[in-house]
Amino acid sequence: MFFTYLRRELAGRRRQTAIVAAGMALAIALVMIVNAVSTGVREAQAAALESVYGVGTDLTVSQAPTAPGDGEGPPGVRFEFGQEDGATAEDGSTTELSNSILTPGPGSSTFDASTLETARSVDGVAAASATLSLTNVAFDGELPAPPGGADGDVALPAPGDGGGFAGGAFDVSSTTVTGVDPAADAVGPLSAVEVVDGRGLDADDTGQAVAVLDADHATSEGLAVGDTIDLGGTEFEVVGTVASTSADATTASNAYIPLDVAQEVSGLEGQVSDIAVQAESASMIGSVKADLEAALPYQEVSTQEDLAATVSGSLGTASQLVSSLGLWLSVAVLAAAFLIAILFTIQGVTRRTREFGTLKAIGWSNRRITGQVAGESLVQGLLGGAAGLVLGFIGIAVVNAIAPTLATTSAPDASADGPAGFGGGNPFDAMQASTEVVLTAPVTATVVALAVGLAVLGGLLAGAIGGWRASLLRPAEALRSVA
Amino acid sequence: MYTLENVSKTYRQKERTVAALTDVNLTIPRGQLVAVQGPTGGGKSTLLQLLGALDRPTSGRVALGESDLSALPDARLGDVRAREIGFVFQGFNLIPTLTALENVETALDPLGVPAEERRRRATAALESVGLGDRAHHVPGELSGGQQQRVAIARALVKEPEVLLADEPTGNLDEQTRDEIMDLLEGLWRDRGLTLVIVTHDSAVARRAERRLHLKQGTVTERR
Ligand SMILES: Nc1ncnc2c1ncn2[C@@H]1O[C@H](COP(=O)(O)OP(=O)(O)OP(=O)(O)O)[C@@H](O)[C@H]1O
Ligand SMILES: [Mg+2]
Repeated sequence: MFFTYLRRELAGRRRQTAIVAAGMALAIALVMIVNAVSTGVREAQAAALESVYGVGTDLTVSQAPTAPGDGEGPPGVRFEFGQEDGATAEDGSTTELSNSILTPGPGSSTFDASTLETARSVDGVAAASATLSLTNVAFDGELPAPPGGADGDVALPAPGDGGGFAGGAFDVSSTTVTGVDPAADAVGPLSAVEVVDGRGLDADDTGQAVAVLDADHATSEGLAVGDTIDLGGTEFEVVGTVASTSADATTASNAYIPLDVAQEVSGLEGQVSDIAVQAESASMIGSVKADLEAALPYQEVSTQEDLAATVSGSLGTASQLVSSLGLWLSVAVLAAAFLIAILFTIQGVTRRTREFGTLKAIGWSNRRITGQVAGESLVQGLLGGAAGLVLGFIGIAVVNAIAPTLATTSAPDASADGPAGFGGGNPFDAMQASTEVVLTAPVTATVVALAVGLAVLGGLLAGAIGGWRASLLRPAEALRSVA
Repeated sequence: MYTLENVSKTYRQKERTVAALTDVNLTIPRGQLVAVQGPTGGGKSTLLQLLGALDRPTSGRVALGESDLSALPDARLGDVRAREIGFVFQGFNLIPTLTALENVETALDPLGVPAEERRRRATAALESVGLGDRAHHVPGELSGGQQQRVAIARALVKEPEVLLADEPTGNLDEQTRDEIMDLLEGLWRDRGLTLVIVTHDSAVARRAERRLHLKQGTVTERR
């Protein structure tokens, strides 16, 4: 009887069933999509951080740039051209120049490499490796014949922009370069890449002028394994190309070179800019952070969580959008759907006063009638849940088909702004600029469980309230309303 | 079958109290066909609800056989209704989404009758009211007279002791009224039912063994 009545009721009152189920479906689909996208954003953030610091990095040590004190700030980008660097055109009107310089990445600050040993000696540190992030700025072009033909310093506008003087044209390109310990592959940026062509760096490369390039960068620059590139005036042999192990992210740097060579060429002997630290276990991260901070009073120690908060750019915007707007929107729509289901159920019970009164008059118990109403609502909820699941999967598929690419940059910490023109507080601005993440919305078991759970919850809630209303009907009253 | 002693029923309506029945004393023997007449608002439906275990009196005692209906809790009153009392209403009160057969089956649901037996008994009940061929029609596809026959089948399928009918012919034309009355009278005779019919219609009342008149909550015998 229960199932016959249930079936007849839902089929006989199709419009109500459809409205309640549709409301529920919409809400559940929205919750699913928001949930999947936020999972995707979280994964993208993790991928973005991994590409910078490597897989398995729990903590990073860096140093905020110090404000330029008594003329002793970070050097501006300044090329020094001597006469011998240029080839004057035949007619004598222009001079062709080509030069490159390797400098610390904007916004990054270096500190003594001995810090690495200090970090390694801290309790609970499983592994640590140091990197030096640099920017290679290459100048290539022609200038009008220098007046007087004397040596001249040419101060350049922002790197990366092409530009021109009257009568001349030049090209400035910047490449991000990371000096890494070629022997360390457990932690550090190279743990998040895989070799596409040639080989990676290994212990034998220490002291060698060899470079591993990001595969995309190599392609766009027309470089291949065996070619040479000029970094800071030194010729490096390209021994391999690499790509991010995460399909969702690009590598953090255009080029990787051995740390000692990077220090030498950039003139930053004995200096590093970041240390990636792996804790012995996840539960020790907190205590390792505290110990590192005590051991390294001048450096900043950040956990991956701290860093995730600094990821901004369109990924940061997406993350905020999902966590604020997406969450509220889905809560609001869900509340509306539950309300619709409850109101329709109550309205249905009111409309069926005579029906339930009659059933009570012929001996149906309150429990039996409450169960019937609850069963109807539950099935409506489940129908909505099933439709919502389909709708949600379609929505998620659409997100994945669009697969928006999000750029990540770290938010310059306003309170700790570095010197004007430099990125500011975060040490990995330079690398961040090149990190791009493709947003995907994964369908997880959680998403499906969430949809089904909400459907059941909504159905039971409406059914409980409707059933309770039905149980309040007194049979005599119910029959009186018949007249 | 029924014994009513000093039964009063008052309704409270915001400050005001309405006396629907005042000090009613009445016995209805098993197997009697009783017609209840009277002006509107006289208390007929109220009396039927007390007889039908749908409500309790404000004071006094209503007994059905051995059970004191004025003292039983709600759940036990429900059991009494499910087992011993059949109702027929003026408005038929069928479940609109269920077929005729399923409507009849609803009466057996609280008795826990297994599905197969339920179906068999419901089919037999429909045949006994002459609607065997309409078993799979929903109420909307049936005429008023046919709907009332389904309601009668629903009331009788559980083989109750008592059948209570509140204006069972009030919504029907004269010819259908007579058919329904023939049916009820026949069932009463065949099954030895105690049948109480509330009616405005003297043609209906005339067919009863005993006629009661209810006016302003007070019962008087007629004849
Ligand atoms: N639930 C209630 N609340 C308040 N007053 C009620 C209620 N039920 C009945 N009454 C009042 O009790 C009196 C008797 O009502 P009842 O329905 O028994 O009359 P009736 O004889 O069946 O009338 P009708 O012929 O119109 O059906 C009326 O005055 C009615 O207004
Ligand atoms: Mg009445």
